[in-house]
Amino acid sequence: MTPNSVTDPIFGKMTLDALPHLWYTVGGTAFVTLMGLGVALVLTRYRRWGWLWREWLTSTDPKKIGIMYLIVSSLMMFRGGIDAGMMLIQQALAAGGSRGFLSADHFQQIFTSHGDIMVFFVAMGFFFGLMNLILPLQIGTRDLAFPFVNSLSFWLYAAGAVFINLFFVIGGSFAAAGWLSVVPLSELRYSPGVGIDYWAWSLQLSGLGTLLGGINFIVTIIKKRAPGMTLMRMPLFAWASLCSMVLVISAFPVLTAAVALLWLDRFLGMHLFTESFGGNQMMYINLIWMWGHPEVYILVLPAFGMFSEIVSTFSRKRIFNYASMVGAAVFITLISYLVWLHHFFTMGAGADVNGIFGAATMLVAIPMAVQVLNWILTMRGGRIVFALPMYWFIGFLVIFVFGGMAGVLLGSPAADFQLHNTLFLVAHFHTMIMGAIFGIFAGISYWFSKIAGFRLDETWGRRAFWLWLVGFFVTFIPLYTLGFMGATRRLDHYPASTGWQPLYAAAAIGFLILVCGSGALVMQLIASYRRRREYRDRTGDPWDGRTLEWSVASPPPFYVFAASPEVRGREAFWEAKRARPETGGGPPARYDDIVMPRNTGMGLYISGFAFLTAFALVWHMVWLAGLGLAGAIACVIVRSFAEDTEYVLPASEVARIEAAARADDN
Amino acid sequence: MENIATAGEDDSLFGFWVYLMTDLVIFAVLFATFTVLRNNTFGGPSGRELFSLPSAVTETLLLLTSSFTCGLAAVAFRRGVRTRAIIWFAVTFALGAAFLARELGEFSGLAAAGAGWQRSAFLSSFFALVGAHGLHIAVGLLWMAVVMVQIWFRGLSAAVVSKAARLALFWHFLDVVWIFIFSVVYLMSRLV
Repeated sequence: MTPNSVTDPIFGKMTLDALPHLWYTVGGTAFVTLMGLGVALVLTRYRRWGWLWREWLTSTDPKKIGIMYLIVSSLMMFRGGIDAGMMLIQQALAAGGSRGFLSADHFQQIFTSHGDIMVFFVAMGFFFGLMNLILPLQIGTRDLAFPFVNSLSFWLYAAGAVFINLFFVIGGSFAAAGWLSVVPLSELRYSPGVGIDYWAWSLQLSGLGTLLGGINFIVTIIKKRAPGMTLMRMPLFAWASLCSMVLVISAFPVLTAAVALLWLDRFLGMHLFTESFGGNQMMYINLIWMWGHPEVYILVLPAFGMFSEIVSTFSRKRIFNYASMVGAAVFITLISYLVWLHHFFTMGAGADVNGIFGAATMLVAIPMAVQVLNWILTMRGGRIVFALPMYWFIGFLVIFVFGGMAGVLLGSPAADFQLHNTLFLVAHFHTMIMGAIFGIFAGISYWFSKIAGFRLDETWGRRAFWLWLVGFFVTFIPLYTLGFMGATRRLDHYPASTGWQPLYAAAAIGFLILVCGSGALVMQLIASYRRRREYRDRTGDPWDGRTLEWSVASPPPFYVFAASPEVRGREAFWEAKRARPETGGGPPARYDDIVMPRNTGMGLYISGFAFLTAFALVWHMVWLAGLGLAGAIACVIVRSFAEDTEYVLPASEVARIEAAARADDN
Repeated sequence: MENIATAGEDDSLFGFWVYLMTDLVIFAVLFATFTVLRNNTFGGPSGRELFSLPSAVTETLLLLTSSFTCGLAAVAFRRGVRTRAIIWFAVTFALGAAFLARELGEFSGLAAAGAGWQRSAFLSSFFALVGAHGLHIAVGLLWMAVVMVQIWFRGLSAAVVSKAARLALFWHFLDVVWIFIFSVVYLMSRLV
């Protein structure tokens, strides 16, 4: 039973079989290598290596870290999207005599990696990126509480993103036990390959990054708000982020522990979740969903916050009933801990337990409805401007209410026994995640000028929006229907007599529409970049915004605020503009010295060593794991001795940069 | 300038509290797993047969005393008495190392008696929970060594005191977790 018994002292479990030899591992490896070579060539040709290192890789500036998050998430979205397309096309083809183009095992790996990549590396990455870019500006601070930890968080996330794709190059097969690696299927006995180990360590690396990020943002929001910004004067995006990060710090440790325990089963031959020696499988399922349910709200709360900002800005009104919006977000945070069992009503916990969790699940609809109604009432009587973010917002409202209704239906244990693990469930949670994705698109189109200095192209944006909205319904309405017809999820093949094929084909067509929508998004970026002079945001306040991020230039100077803003009300910038309408606040009376964090490569080094350790543990290379761990610890110790981590930007320099910027504007 | 510096240290202490809460959640999961699996001995030895209460009491006394000496070190570094801070940290280190040595001794004794982590779900969860605590103690000892070196060479600067304060917090936290381990793992094995 000991998994160590067949390992080589140097290569561990690795053999020549681990090298790419299947069409998709060879293809994946070739694609990644060519991309890497291309990037390296461009960097060498234009002598940009030093620039890349100094300005980006070692940066502790949240504005740059945020952009790096967005880049990694976009790449991962491409990767996860390919997975989705392969699945839907396989399902459209593989009825009756046709087996489609994917083997059953490959299909299982695809749905596993699709789920993990979309949740951990797309949705989480986009939100952390936007929070890095916008949150400090909104609460009137220059930086996060711990700039170095922020850099480390990003690099752990990036290491996790690379790690989940590493099996293409070394390993040959990914986990094939669903995105949460359910036991006992994910135990060594049934999944003897390294796929599950790659899954586990990818989640541990990125999960540690998320956890550190959560702590960082909580301390930032609690401790670093501008003078005068009380908690009840915070913008709703900051509130939503705070709630989301509270969920991160209380839910992600559960994931860390659960995945670590599963890995102990596999690595040391423990019997925590095995089906013999007294292990308890439902313990794992409980733990993973104790994280998994709050995770849903971790993803959706920041989207809510963004929509609150957007709907208020474009309705030219204060948000309707701010206090109840905060209350709803806090209530969602609390109730999200109390509903995890609805993911497995069929476990057999009995009618009373299921009843309580079913009722708790339905309670979630109340704060959600409070938010939706408050958004609608904010628009009522407002002078609504239909800019691009509003399109995404309206689309989100439709989708989210639709998916929410399906969720309330699933929350009834009796209905759930029929719909458990059917495509109805799959369609439901994709609807909710799509709401979060619409939030990401809305947020990016809202804040893009703040990040890049020019606005996004509206025409291509609207095309993208309509393609996404239509594509979404064409993909998922058939899946809801199939679920009612009894189609279970994760089928790579089904009998033709079921009559499901036309609906699966419709879903595949919907996917193609979504691909066109993604193409439109890329076109939007290209078109915006080409017309960047025309779209240039000169004022820093293109939407007549209400919160502090619009009070600084677009993009902001690296120190953001020349002088710390004074907050006198809930809509700090709006009120400042009203008080001094001509400028929105001229140059401050005097400048002070600013303490700025220095760049450091330590985040990159520590993640590199952590990556190496994880890789060694996947392959049971004990010596390499020791080496990696020693390296990571050494880096942490070296960092703890570093004293020169900050520098002072003199007031005179700030005054000079500010004066130059003003001259540039005029 | 000085305000900014002290505010930074205050932030890191607050951040460390938040981190401790996340670690507490990890231990909560391990405790829950142990409690669910503690009777799943699969025909193997139970806690009642395996655990020696006097040995666990000795470990507890070592760790509780180390928490007390860690408190004495905290009094010293807050008053700026450098040598005394190092001495008390050294005593804490010795007690912590003695605890860890005893724990590792207990583990190897169990493994030698055929009660390793592969024997039953109960033993797996025992090693996972108590091992995780031991791992934390090892990290704490390494950290303590670094802090002692920094106090020795750098003196009690604001940054070093902040680091030492966080270490003390960590050490007391591990003590609290151990009290629960002593109760839930060792004492309760006598009850059932």
